[in-house]
Amino acid sequence: MVLLGLVAGIAIWAAFPLIAARLWVGLAVLVVTTVGLGYLYLTRRHIPAKYLVPGTIFLIAFQVFPVLYTASTAFTNFGDGHRGSKDDAIVAIQSSSVKQVPGSTEYALTIATTGDPATGPLVFLVTDPSTGTVSAGDADGLRPLAATDVTVTPGGKVTAAEGYTVLNVGQASVRSQEITDLVVPTPGGALRSTGLSRAYEGKAIRAYDKRCDCITDSETGRTWTADGTAGAFVAADGERLAQGWQVGVGLKNFARVLTDPNISGPFFGTLLWNFAFAIGSTGFTFGLGMAIALALHSPRMRGTNLYRVFLILPYAMPSFAMLLVWRDMFNTDFGLINNLFGLGVDWFGEAWSARLAVLLVQLWLGYPYMFLVATGALQAIPRELTEATSVDGASPFQSFRAVTLPLLLVALSPLLIASFAFNFNNINAIWFTTEGGPFAPDNPTNGATDLLITYTYRLAFGAQGAEFGLAAAVSIFIFAIVATVSAISFRRTRQQEEVYS
Amino acid sequence: MTTHPNAAGRRGSRWFTQVGWRHLVGVLAVAFSLFPILFVLSAALNPLGTLSSTQLLPTGASLTNFGNLFARTEFGHWFLNSLLIAGGASLVSIFLSSLAAYAFSRMRFSGRRFGLLTLLLIQMFPQFLAIVAIFLIFTRVTDLWPAIGFNTPWGLLLLYMGGALGMNTWLMKGFFDTLPRELDESATMDGASHAQVFFRIMLPLVAPILAVTALLSFIGTINEFMIANVFLTDTGSKTLAVGMFGLVAGERNNNFGIFAAGTLLTAIPTVLVFQLLQRYIVSGLTAGAVKG
Repeated sequence: MVLLGLVAGIAIWAAFPLIAARLWVGLAVLVVTTVGLGYLYLTRRHIPAKYLVPGTIFLIAFQVFPVLYTASTAFTNFGDGHRGSKDDAIVAIQSSSVKQVPGSTEYALTIATTGDPATGPLVFLVTDPSTGTVSAGDADGLRPLAATDVTVTPGGKVTAAEGYTVLNVGQASVRSQEITDLVVPTPGGALRSTGLSRAYEGKAIRAYDKRCDCITDSETGRTWTADGTAGAFVAADGERLAQGWQVGVGLKNFARVLTDPNISGPFFGTLLWNFAFAIGSTGFTFGLGMAIALALHSPRMRGTNLYRVFLILPYAMPSFAMLLVWRDMFNTDFGLINNLFGLGVDWFGEAWSARLAVLLVQLWLGYPYMFLVATGALQAIPRELTEATSVDGASPFQSFRAVTLPLLLVALSPLLIASFAFNFNNINAIWFTTEGGPFAPDNPTNGATDLLITYTYRLAFGAQGAEFGLAAAVSIFIFAIVATVSAISFRRTRQQEEVYS
Repeated sequence: MTTHPNAAGRRGSRWFTQVGWRHLVGVLAVAFSLFPILFVLSAALNPLGTLSSTQLLPTGASLTNFGNLFARTEFGHWFLNSLLIAGGASLVSIFLSSLAAYAFSRMRFSGRRFGLLTLLLIQMFPQFLAIVAIFLIFTRVTDLWPAIGFNTPWGLLLLYMGGALGMNTWLMKGFFDTLPRELDESATMDGASHAQVFFRIMLPLVAPILAVTALLSFIGTINEFMIANVFLTDTGSKTLAVGMFGLVAGERNNNFGIFAAGTLLTAIPTVLVFQLLQRYIVSGLTAGAVKG
């Protein structure tokens, strides 16, 4: 009852912004969900649903919906230059073509942000020389600030503003490229910066013409006509404007992954290493964990609990931090590994040593878990079974092969499959150690230790410009591969289970 | 002269083939487990605080690095954020998963098999792959409800709660399956409602697996970096993973001591819980696995 009241309360809280923004579809979903929940928990029927619905709602909102969204992105050209609608592209083209014309107003400029000085979104605080009013501007436009909220020097420089963090010269100069790129649209054209303390209002040279559905440059007279299938404005000679818009491209992204030699070559190479990494990480950790569990599993052993306390410490350490520590231990010049063994190996500089290093780190991080589960599974195997084989004259190794190992595998195979699926997409393991490198000099997008997922991450958020559509297509390939492998192995383990049980 | 001079040696070698080699393996394994941790400890205590001056064994004993950690960074904030997000997400998600696991294990209804398979399949699609979609969704959410948008722990908490459900439900369902059905059937005969059966009888019995899944999702959430990195950009709102990565992203060598100190402090809650729950973890994981 209390929970139900809470749900209703949250629903009402969530409804106001939806109404304010006139998002009626969102509001309808909210109302239907809330009413549905109320009905479900006030009737005496539908008992299984009462237990399943709370989890399902979260699952749909934060797993299923993003997955479907990703799938639909894979069929578009979404990415840098193709982010928004056609109208957004037109605004962007017009405002980026702004040039200073004689007689345009000059403003005193202060760089500020609404967030962290190093990463937060930039805001221009400009003081109008004629009226002295201060306005805040970003890519959405210019809004005036109340005079009581800002502190302005006589020169028009803003030193403090309510709700904004003013960047000092050092912080601003680090982000000078972003500052140069920021264009604030105004009714008469747009504001751009000249240096870090002045801004001017200029006029757009390129303008959109509705009649021909094209962009015309008033200085050179060139025209670029809208191309609906490419999502860009294209000139007669084939030149494209950088700002386009998002359109559906059908299966083009999938076809590119498979056929474009610049992508398919690295893709299949990476796929092979990805399998080797996932199988290696799972196999080695299981092998070592099981071997140690077997060694410590004896009725005559004393102190096993003490061993266990120390053995599982790596598993309890924060893995993100330990991955970074391992990275430093493999440092060529002053890393622990080279110092300790007197080596001079450039671990992350060569493809094979980097792969070996990554697998070794995975072994250290992962074997305590395998040791734990193998210990548990060994305790569940009745001792009479192994004793019976030794009475029959089998050596310890034979009885291990014939009895213990198969039983262990049956018990642990679901965990092994889960571990494989996890390691297949273990982005932290690579990103914190090698970042995918070493890279071949002729191919900076795909390194020797790159997994498909780190490769995808670079495609989506990399320095060469984001390609969300392509990245989504690769994501779907990854999903298909992992799902197939897991489905096949689950089917096989189920058959095994029937044989042994 | 009753014993042959070789007998002691022979007894020793028999002891070695039966028990001694096991201790040798154990000691080697413990050494392998501990040497990176020893290195971190040594770096944290090293007053110079650089990577190049750090040895395997501690060369000094100073708390400078710990002092600097709190003075120069927002470590305290990060720590609280991480505890709040990881703790909250794992508590709520195990509660939701245990509800679902109970239904899947004890009740028969149409769509049960389909539901179980769907859970498994969705789990194969790592949430991280959908980061672009999540980013766009939360850009909208930030506009509408800033209280659960970017730079707040609540949005991230919601996201992690949704992400952890599948695997936990499977693990717990395996454990529920091992409990004899007679238990809840007899309670039902005595007139207990299904809610009473669940909260009074089942939940206390599955405490080991609850502990294990809570711990697993706690560890998973504390270590999550990529989504948190997109979500949290304000210095004060970062989690440990994001904040500490920022520490060594630029000045690797010089900040190593501070970083090591942070690593040790981060490990404390997990290690403590781990040692407390050790017994549960072994039995819980394997029982879940056997019937998975």
